[in-house]
Amino acid sequence: MRATPARVGLTCAALAGLLVASLLLGLKLGTASVGPAQVWAWLTGGEVPYATQVILGDLRLPRLLLAALVGAGLSMSGAVFQGVLRNPLAEPFILGVSGGAAAGAVSAFLLGLSGLMPLALMAFGGALGTISLVLAIARRRGRMETSTLILTGVMINAFFTAAIMFIISTTTDQKLHAILFWLYGDLSSSRLEQVWLLLPVVLAGAVTVFFFGRHLNLLSAGGMAAAALGMAVERVKLILFLVVSLVVGVTVSLSGLIGFLGLMVPHLVRIVLGHDHRLLLPASTLLGASFLVLADTAARTVISPSTLPVGVVTAALGAPFFVLLLARRGSQWW
Amino acid sequence: MVVAHGLGENQSEPALKAEGLGFAYAGQPVLEGVDLQLGPGDMLGVIGPNGSGKSTLLGVLCGLLPPGEGRVFLHGKPLAAYKRDELARLMGMVPQGAELAPGFSVLETALAGRFAVMGGRVFENDADLAAAQQALEQTGIWELRERRAGELSGGECQRLALARALAAQPGILLLDEPTSALDLDHQLRVMGMLERARRQKGLSVCLVSHDLNLAALFCTRLLLLSQGRPLAQGVPARVLTPHLLAQAYGVQVAVDAEPSRGRPRVTLLAPRQP
Repeated sequence: MRATPARVGLTCAALAGLLVASLLLGLKLGTASVGPAQVWAWLTGGEVPYATQVILGDLRLPRLLLAALVGAGLSMSGAVFQGVLRNPLAEPFILGVSGGAAAGAVSAFLLGLSGLMPLALMAFGGALGTISLVLAIARRRGRMETSTLILTGVMINAFFTAAIMFIISTTTDQKLHAILFWLYGDLSSSRLEQVWLLLPVVLAGAVTVFFFGRHLNLLSAGGMAAAALGMAVERVKLILFLVVSLVVGVTVSLSGLIGFLGLMVPHLVRIVLGHDHRLLLPASTLLGASFLVLADTAARTVISPSTLPVGVVTAALGAPFFVLLLARRGSQWW
Repeated sequence: MVVAHGLGENQSEPALKAEGLGFAYAGQPVLEGVDLQLGPGDMLGVIGPNGSGKSTLLGVLCGLLPPGEGRVFLHGKPLAAYKRDELARLMGMVPQGAELAPGFSVLETALAGRFAVMGGRVFENDADLAAAQQALEQTGIWELRERRAGELSGGECQRLALARALAAQPGILLLDEPTSALDLDHQLRVMGMLERARRQKGLSVCLVSHDLNLAALFCTRLLLLSQGRPLAQGVPARVLTPHLLAQAYGVQVAVDAEPSRGRPRVTLLAPRQP
């Protein structure tokens, strides 16, 4: 579908509607039963019991908002990676960029740094370092072959897993459960201050990459073609990778390793809306938000009253999805 | 002393001029001492054996490769004084082996060619659409506009890459083997379209070709490269001689006049049996 302002606007409106619906569903569903009438009363400022106020306002709402932002950031980053590396299987988790960010965040623990900001900055550094490594490997051919991509990701992840395990081994037992849960992508300790940290990052990232939509369209054809058609290729790539490192870094520092979202969401969007990044990027951002809100709601409810890390849900869906795409030989539809 | 600049002289000022171009790759010179001028309405064919520096020359001319020696002037200004997007508005380049995004439709691909013209605009307007449509019609693939680039045949891909460059409506086109994947009919159509554009709109074309006869038929001038050095430059009849071709390619050929335009026609001769 050719991108026009009307189509982009309409798509965004529809997907924003879906996001609101997902958030409402997420507010209602959970271990403690809250009726739709009570949710409505709480939203409109009516009278609700104190316990319900705490459940909705302090427990569910921060978690839902954080899930939406994390989903948006990771999906958007996946779409950017796929455009620049010209491979539909590129994704922050699969490439090892999330792992790099996690290693950065865990080393912040080790260094005794606490607080959201130092953690986010260390994760940003980890993501940036990993992206530079991935780029150095991809640069040789211009396009990242699927086998190179997967092997690179496996190796980077293996290295960072080792690094993280080393760091974990040296920490006290009390922290262990928290770090392990965080590693598997957990949103159960969400707080509103995390939302306020992630919101500007994801928002600024989404707006920036949207304005690079045409650049990504050209880059999907190849760097040589993009340069011949008038694009300053290296500068654009640098900007995009900085933005994506920041988004992935901050996201991972708050939510841990949530994989495959950046793979599944842009792929689903492409099936319906085509490959133009001016549609693909905002649509992936919004659909990713709804996707993770729903996935996290499932993580909270399927084994209720206990909960799963949401990364378990996305991996359970995403890994078979990845294998399916691989079996269909990426090049045929990309 | 007063020098009168007649109109004719201004018009024939070269759009693209190269002086003493040289380029080395990993210490090995692949291009040396190339001078050329490309004026409005010119169609310069660059010919020569494999590895003679033809593609490198196009790369240096369009600014994608920095010249090791010599200089390139575009409309009288050195190439380095232009920004990447300014260059792309003035000069279209189609590298060998068309790079296309397989998931994009034919129309979307042609519209992507408007990148430099659009400046900071995010969405295409009617003028962009009209230019893309014209480019696709010129290359005969407007009917395929909803097809994905990944579903096209080799020849269709090659024409789409050309259409993408045409969509920016540049005054100069640099084409690396633009007809190598085309059948006879489409070779003629593409070359005929380029000829009309150069005659009617003063388009300047510089193309690399291995098809000496096609180049002879349509090019106003030929540049014969051998081991990175210019061996001959001029009208086809002066360049396509058995002596020069033997020197460049090391093969024996016969040259006569082809019947439609009286241009030189090269026939490859089998080597004598030992």
